[in-house]
Amino acid sequence: MAGSITVFVPRETSAVSLGADKVAAEIVSSAAARNIEIDLKRNGSWGMTWLEPLVEVVVDGERIAYGKVAPENVASLFEAGFLTGGEHPLKVGNTADIPWLRNQDRWTFRRCGLIDPLSIEEYRANGGFAGFEKALQAGSAGVLAEVSTSGLRGRGGAGFPTGIKWKTVAEAVADQKYIACNADEGDSGTFSDRMLMEGDPFTLIEGMLIAAVAVGATRGYVYLRSEYPLTRVVFSKALAAARERGWLGTNIMGSGVDFDIDLHIGAGSYVCGEETAMLESLEGKAGLIRYKPPLPALQGLFGKPTVVNNVITLASVPEIIARGGDAYAALGTGRSKGTLAFQLAGNIRRGGLVEKAFGLTLRELIEDWGGGTFTGRDLRAVQVGGPLGSYFPAELLDTPLDYEAFSEKSGLIGHGGVVVFDDQVDMAQQARFAMEFCAVESCGKCTPCRIGSVRGVEVIDRIIANEDRATNMALLKELCDTMVDGSLCAMGGLTPFPVRSAVKYFPKDFAGDSVVQAQEGVSK
Amino acid sequence: MPKTYDPAIGTEIINSYGARPELLVQILHAFIDRYSYLHEAALRQIADELNISRADLHGVVSFYHDFRTAPPGRTVVKICQAEACQSMGSRELTAHAEKTIGIPLNNTTSDGEVTLEPVYCLGNCACSPAVMIDNNVYGRVDSKRLDQLLAGREH
Repeated sequence: MAGSITVFVPRETSAVSLGADKVAAEIVSSAAARNIEIDLKRNGSWGMTWLEPLVEVVVDGERIAYGKVAPENVASLFEAGFLTGGEHPLKVGNTADIPWLRNQDRWTFRRCGLIDPLSIEEYRANGGFAGFEKALQAGSAGVLAEVSTSGLRGRGGAGFPTGIKWKTVAEAVADQKYIACNADEGDSGTFSDRMLMEGDPFTLIEGMLIAAVAVGATRGYVYLRSEYPLTRVVFSKALAAARERGWLGTNIMGSGVDFDIDLHIGAGSYVCGEETAMLESLEGKAGLIRYKPPLPALQGLFGKPTVVNNVITLASVPEIIARGGDAYAALGTGRSKGTLAFQLAGNIRRGGLVEKAFGLTLRELIEDWGGGTFTGRDLRAVQVGGPLGSYFPAELLDTPLDYEAFSEKSGLIGHGGVVVFDDQVDMAQQARFAMEFCAVESCGKCTPCRIGSVRGVEVIDRIIANEDRATNMALLKELCDTMVDGSLCAMGGLTPFPVRSAVKYFPKDFAGDSVVQAQEGVSK
Repeated sequence: MPKTYDPAIGTEIINSYGARPELLVQILHAFIDRYSYLHEAALRQIADELNISRADLHGVVSFYHDFRTAPPGRTVVKICQAEACQSMGSRELTAHAEKTIGIPLNNTTSDGEVTLEPVYCLGNCACSPAVMIDNNVYGRVDSKRLDQLLAGREH
């Protein structure tokens, strides 16, 4: 065989957390020992975390996958001739044919796993920067029209229409405007921002460039959480590569557009994922949330008009511009247009990232993709949308995944995280944790959140200890109402949702039979 | 990590950020990266050189979990306490760690070897429970694997 053989081993947090670095090193040294020339590439993850570390070999132009490879499997892989696609117990087959992957609607993640994340050549060869080039032709008005047509809504959690936000910033008159990307992905059960930034970082950079063209911004910030050290390494390199090749800086590719991006690292605060707290943090301050209005679109970072968008929102834009807003809007259902990168997490057999058009049911996602619980026990509860999302019982699994259908059931799609629990979960403990987490992470600016969360833990503790249950259940209901109605932001305002849903759907975990009846009023 | 604080290095760090107060969070990170925690002398110097009050600085330092003002142990172990990891037994894993290391969460062993802390999500939720040891993330960590990691057999 002429030339070297290309082998892919992901350099992505989850794959690495399961041993990918050691697998890669073992493959390199084993190949050297056998005098075989290989070209080992570190790609991003395809999102099939359940198969990580997933090793792929290019054979006759096809990528052949071997899953769950441990360093100690490498010797037997060589003996089985995996470099030519040889049979082995860990062989999964042709990557493109894996149903888990093939049945997705990959839009934002279309290059993730496929390319070397830091190669601008591979990015270009796979459609990269086509959206930006088209945006330069279309100009601000053209880009705003396509984004509005696409129906894209904020993927960070709030679901606000992106076109309206961008138009507001575009129409604002100011000497300086900013694009602030929220990569403070703190919700448990979510990792799509991380996977995108590790697996296809130029897509985010391109999305920010297009936003800059749309609103007339010249500076961008990416606010990345400190819990993602590998993401920081990869994204920093991507920024440097883009800058070096003229895709960031002044007069980008001769277009006359000036734009550059600073990477800022968060410092372990969950509430800094709230957009105004993030802006405070980007200004070097404590992450106390701001009153709204004024909207960040008009007075955001350093008081200037600012587009604040989540990573996935921005990363969805290049393809929307390249293919047209209509193509995106054709996917999805109702007012939930396009795709969402769902993340299957927790007690799930096949966890990972699944990008699908809105509208499939929670059951399809958990059963068809997820394969049920990891432990093989019965599923008891699912929390969608992070720590501020309601717990759904198995009876609600047929709820379609769209913003409105979820809201009707007091649920939250949020950033698309799906955390599965089996029948061993104690829902009183989960309700307690919701309050405890709020107590730990509250910024402290408003009383319902700062004090309410502490009192919430205490009340739930008394309920668990069977102290005057009926009175304490009534108190918990009132406390939840106060937090929902009186908190300044979603931290205090949504923390009661997991609590209420735990009480509503799993009353037995809180009480003996006598209290079950008294609870009807606790949750709406 | 250097044990004694050198104000000349402090100035160097601050100047590498142009002594700009709006970069305070990034500057504090740089001090932690260099010294593993924020020395009292460093805090005085940062306030002086950025021309901000000690009170404002304290407000920022005490707000963020990352900005420790006491030296951590030689090894820092963070166990994820968030929902996805809970669903896979992180509570039991935490109890095991507390027992084997001999300290509750948010503490450092008396010999200064290990600091044990909670963390709320490492974004490794499809292979829970997740643990971070000195900035390296590990997935599917059960009690046995944690023991191996702590014994340095899998580092």
